[in-house]
Amino acid sequence: MIINVARKELKSVFASPMGWVILSLLMFAFGTHYLNGINDYFAVMSGAMRPAERTGVTQFVGQTVYGLASFIMLFAVPLLSMRLVSEERRSQTMPFLISAPISLTEIVVGKFLGLVGFLTILIVYIALMLSTLNIWADIDFGYIIANSIGLWLLVASFSAMGLYFSSLTQQPVVAGILTFVALFALMILDRFFAGDPSNTMASLSLMRHFQSFSGGLIDSGDIAYFALFIVTFLTLTVRRLDADRLRG
Amino acid sequence: MDNFTVEATELTRLYGGREAVSNVSFNLSKGEVLGFLGPNGAGKSTTMKMLTGNLAPSNGSVKICGIDMIDNPKEAKALIGYLPEMRPLYKELTVDEYLDVAARLHRVSPKNIKKAIEVAKERCGLGHMSKRLIENLSNGYQQRVGIAQAIIHNPMVIILDEPTVGLDPIQIRDIRALIRELGQEHSVIISTHILPEVEMVCDRVQIIDKGKLVFNGSIDVLKRQRIGNKLLIGLRNPPQADALLKVAGVTEAEVLPSGLVRVRFADDADPAESIVQAAVANQWGLYQIAPDQTSLEDVFVQLTYQDQSIPHQPTGQ
Repeated sequence: MIINVARKELKSVFASPMGWVILSLLMFAFGTHYLNGINDYFAVMSGAMRPAERTGVTQFVGQTVYGLASFIMLFAVPLLSMRLVSEERRSQTMPFLISAPISLTEIVVGKFLGLVGFLTILIVYIALMLSTLNIWADIDFGYIIANSIGLWLLVASFSAMGLYFSSLTQQPVVAGILTFVALFALMILDRFFAGDPSNTMASLSLMRHFQSFSGGLIDSGDIAYFALFIVTFLTLTVRRLDADRLRG
Repeated sequence: MDNFTVEATELTRLYGGREAVSNVSFNLSKGEVLGFLGPNGAGKSTTMKMLTGNLAPSNGSVKICGIDMIDNPKEAKALIGYLPEMRPLYKELTVDEYLDVAARLHRVSPKNIKKAIEVAKERCGLGHMSKRLIENLSNGYQQRVGIAQAIIHNPMVIILDEPTVGLDPIQIRDIRALIRELGQEHSVIISTHILPEVEMVCDRVQIIDKGKLVFNGSIDVLKRQRIGNKLLIGLRNPPQADALLKVAGVTEAEVLPSGLVRVRFADDADPAESIVQAAVANQWGLYQIAPDQTSLEDVFVQLTYQDQSIPHQPTGQ
């Protein structure tokens, strides 16, 4: 049943040109960066004399691409997530889902998976693009996998938060802006506590938990953080929708 | 007892202390079409939302084929097809895509989906619209898609909130025929404020006003109340009222301000012929005689505004 809600979301994304445009624009941006990364790699490495200055091509190019990806997703996810629930409220299609024999949790998780499924296409594309380096070089697949998992968890967290904000309002734009501001605040939170890295507030920052992945490290603590983040916001969304039913 | 497809018991819904619906109870059997009548804001849509699980009742319970909506919402919802007042259409999808989504969400098994879509489209006259975007369909066709969505999983209970709003007369006729047809094998609840519609399609009527049921009964009761045992007679030289009372069967005669005479008669009598004969014999100058029908509107007004209405027209019987 969850899968049917997710299918419906994906269908809606691809029914309008928006889904395709976003996919192609983002891939264009990543592709350009990938190309620049390779060019820079040769420029930088030819100047790097000492072995300590040298890094692998995977890490060098990967850092550029994944760094950009995490930044672009900060804009792309609110744009995509903002209409998930608010649009349904505005066009009064919510009763269609609620009258169907599915629970609110299934609706919310289905919508979440629909969006994450769409974004997964991008993550897979990025990984495939970087893997093409393997034709010329011997690359570090572990690094790409760790980054892909990290990026996936990051965008899933973004999506969960976007879904929650979308459930708060009837105006997709309001939801989009709220999501963006909140995500941006969470991203840069650790900058404010740069002097005191052990601060509890700093460990709330999404970026901080993404960092270990971008270094190629899969840390169960960070996975738990993202998982909790996602579950929290999905639960809040379910509760918000349930309040509609109870309070009308 | 087990034959009831819908059992609503003491449904009450509070909005911030104000009762939008209070203590509404009714049952519906298989194969019945129930009309829900009421002025704007009477609580029709609220009641329907509670029946379909879109709104939690503050008090009372809803059972669909014996399954409680609150305890077991998924099973209960599977038996309902619901078309809300605002059509819940995803306008960016085509008719086929939308019905496919609806069928999947309503647990139509994957191998029957194609057939279910075909049947629903055929019933709603949407066959040639399959590949059109819902956004580009006319209002009437969008409404048909809404109904198709509600019947696609062949539910036991179909709940349609104002299904004929905004349609042209031919479409209204089609939709009414469709509702009648659906009423053969399903239970149907429709809400409307178009009174003749109720008379045409419903077996039973409920009139709701200010959240309370003010009338619940068979459509025949309403019709009888409407038609009554009354004749309206136009006479050029009206005699004294006493003269009319002498005609066999006439129990009451009353001269209306318009100059016409309203005559009431006993249940088993039909004094029309005797009145004509008397009029001819006594040269009353008869120019009009017709059954006097209280319009359905009047019955409706009488039922919903009983406390403040002035009884300018006594009810039938």
